[in-house]
Amino acid sequence: MNISLSITKTIHDWLYSIMPETAASITEMVLIALVYLGIFAVAGLFLVLLERKVAAWFQLRLGPNRVGFHGLLQTMADALKLLSKELTGTVKADMFLYNLAPYFVIISALMALAVIPFTQDFQAFDINIGIFFLIAVSSIGVIGILLGGWASNNKFALIGAMRSGVQTISYELSIGLSLLTMILITGSLQLSEIVEVQKDGWLIVQGHIPAIIAFMIYMIAGTAETNRAPFDMVEAESELGAGFHTEYSGMKFAYFFLAEFINMFLIAAIATTVFFGAWLSPFGITESIPLLGVFWFLAKTLILVFLMMWFRWTFPRLRIDQLLTLEWKYLLPINLVNIVIMAFIVWQNLTIQF
Amino acid sequence: METTTVNSNFKSEEYFINMGPQHPATHGVLRLLLTIDGEIIKKVQPDLGYIHRSIEKMCERDSYQQIVHLTDRMDYLSSHINNEAVCLTVENALELDIPERVKVIRTIIGELTRIASHCLWWGVMGMDVGALTTYFYGFRDREMINDIFEETCGARLTMNYNIPGGLMFDIHPNFVKRTKEFVAHFKTKIPEYDRLLTGNVIFQKRMKGVGILTKEDAISFGASGPVGRASGYSCDVRKHHPYSALDKVTFNEALKTEGDSLARYEVRIMEMWESLSIIEQLIDNIPEGDYKVATNAVIKLPKGEYYQKVEAARGELGVYVISTGTKNPYRLKFRSPGFSNLSLLNHISVGGKIGDLVATMATLDLVIPDIDR
Amino acid sequence: MKGYKIECMINQALQDLIGNWFPNPEVKNISEVVAVSETEDATEENVENPEPVNPSLLEFTEEGSQFLNITVQPEQFYALMTQLKNNTETHFDYLFCLSGIDWGEALGVVYHLESTTHRHIVVVKVKTEDRENPTLDSVCDIWKTAEFHEREVYDFFGIKFNNHPDLRRLFLTDEWEGFPLRKDYVDDINMVIK
Repeated sequence: MNISLSITKTIHDWLYSIMPETAASITEMVLIALVYLGIFAVAGLFLVLLERKVAAWFQLRLGPNRVGFHGLLQTMADALKLLSKELTGTVKADMFLYNLAPYFVIISALMALAVIPFTQDFQAFDINIGIFFLIAVSSIGVIGILLGGWASNNKFALIGAMRSGVQTISYELSIGLSLLTMILITGSLQLSEIVEVQKDGWLIVQGHIPAIIAFMIYMIAGTAETNRAPFDMVEAESELGAGFHTEYSGMKFAYFFLAEFINMFLIAAIATTVFFGAWLSPFGITESIPLLGVFWFLAKTLILVFLMMWFRWTFPRLRIDQLLTLEWKYLLPINLVNIVIMAFIVWQNLTIQF
Repeated sequence: METTTVNSNFKSEEYFINMGPQHPATHGVLRLLLTIDGEIIKKVQPDLGYIHRSIEKMCERDSYQQIVHLTDRMDYLSSHINNEAVCLTVENALELDIPERVKVIRTIIGELTRIASHCLWWGVMGMDVGALTTYFYGFRDREMINDIFEETCGARLTMNYNIPGGLMFDIHPNFVKRTKEFVAHFKTKIPEYDRLLTGNVIFQKRMKGVGILTKEDAISFGASGPVGRASGYSCDVRKHHPYSALDKVTFNEALKTEGDSLARYEVRIMEMWESLSIIEQLIDNIPEGDYKVATNAVIKLPKGEYYQKVEAARGELGVYVISTGTKNPYRLKFRSPGFSNLSLLNHISVGGKIGDLVATMATLDLVIPDIDR
Repeated sequence: MKGYKIECMINQALQDLIGNWFPNPEVKNISEVVAVSETEDATEENVENPEPVNPSLLEFTEEGSQFLNITVQPEQFYALMTQLKNNTETHFDYLFCLSGIDWGEALGVVYHLESTTHRHIVVVKVKTEDRENPTLDSVCDIWKTAEFHEREVYDFFGIKFNNHPDLRRLFLTDEWEGFPLRKDYVDDINMVIK
């Protein structure tokens, strides 16, 4: 705690001493952005490798184990390969939109990453409408998908993009409502406040039954948001080629690909923050070593990421109309009823406090 | 570039999609021309011939022993049964007296082939529907069967173990032991398959009520094998026209009446159990004797027409030979099960969605080289 | 062939039943007609004229085959097939093999029919001498499986079928010239002759 405070404070003071104020704050922001880009890249690489290893474990095989120690450098090699690929473009594609589409998904993922609290005071942007900001920003990603599908001038890509757009818009409702259920306990949208409230016990414990229901709905809806199986009709490889990113290759494809994994990480990170106490250790055992918060945060997030990967490699796919039926006829009503139950519990002080 | 005309009244809201020859869901090189309206399919037209090798014309030029080698490449997943079909035709025409040992071994290896084909089918079925892990589980079990075949027949896929007159060589001493081990192992695996896929709610919702085929349509379209049996049409050639050692074993015919994709799936799972039971009945009592009878080096069938039906993994395979007494057949026609099963794809997919089409095609279990010959 | 002698009685009954559907108009004119010969047609009227005249327009034989073969002229072909399917005693609802054959001078098609209720099998053969423009009737509306099979026969032999909903080539490309499975087909590039 003291260490990190002093590093950021030191850099902050140093910058302000050598440059005029505006330039110093701009430099500061650029530095922070670069740090986050670094986190983004490393997290993306690591998650892709994790997915491949987990898939191999489920499928009774080894996974990548040649490049680097136990395959740790595999994604690096893949990234280098993608960088060197020819950027094919279709003749009749709308070039401006075609090139713009991947940036929407990347930017929305990065912006959302900025508000996640990795540990005490390690948060790039702690605004008072934290949760609202997160939901709003992740909705921007849909534009990227729709643009990508449309601008590719390819029937399959268009079908994939349409399906994805419909799916994402529908499931955002469930995500928002299940997070709202937990906000009823905390009373604040600010992420650091949410973590403060959880010092009395994680929210999933405090809220007991409605919180558990909200968590389950959130996981289902979160998996659907990121277009992962069992909701991956969008990129159903055995049906329509590669969906909306059929016509992308090289670095642009890498952007879509990485963005999907970062989105998965984000969904898990938000779940950790809101339901499982972010960087707080269970029963407060290591509160005295604040830097260990990063470890706890990452451990909880990675468990949830593993859960999402487990879903992918076990379940068959839902058909697009079954997917939408699930959301509109089942999850949404349950969510609404859940909010009422949670409101009642909070009003009557029936939450479990430690 | 060849153009294929779409014979339909093309309305302006419909559009036209090509599930082209290279596609992960069509099992082999099959081109489907779909006319769809949003997600609903209006018409499915298969375009065949990408792997047509004119096997029937080649058979008019080859001797009967060479023809057996061509049959492996038709439905390569039940290659042993294809070989058996031609060998039985020749042997019945020549009225040879095949030793009991040969018949029993042919039946055992035929049933093992059927199980191997169904394992692969199950793996690919899961993969098409989205459960990607099933592919590996199906292949893991198929590898055990392939290893048994490799030891006895010398090959894993195109076995050529049958010759007119018997078998090419005697079975390996390890064959009985390994087969028994496999049967014991596989009996624990089919329940695993059921836990993973059959009982899964998502899977059931994808397959129930999808692609319904009534019994009259099944008979009219000539559907045979599991596709016909799932509609309640009792068409098992092993029961109605038994061959080799099949009249000595008792087994149930897997019949279901709903005719939807889930029924076709369950029929194949039941067939795997039945095949295991047939192998168990025969494996301990393989009679001693010769493994072949001598035939002439140049086989000439007497003048006439001969037809032999066998139950391949996909359905009823028929071999129709017209011979004029020379060493090559005058005309040899293969009645392939996949050909008739494919013709009903349009009938059962119209009105459904693209996702349903993929699920239906996976349950029809088409192997395109079998259709194109 | 082994094992099929048992069905001979049934074949005989089938032969009588089916033969009666298409009586030979010439039979009524000749008062004394006999059809003798080895396994050929049995007849209703027993007479002792040495000249064999077929009482039916169809020809029946079991020689050289495991099943009862019926050879029919193209004119009665469609009516025969419809009757074979619809008549409850024969009820041949399963067409399991449709093959085109080049008989040297004539082109023909062979239909193997089975009944799923009675389990008897019969083979129907129809020929046409016209090699330039061979035409036969389609049975698509009787058995739906015939649609693809007849396309295949058209593709390889050139036999056209009347009333077929969609008669075009199936395996070969639309621009292919010639009909490969005919005996007089010559192709220097694709055929390897030993």
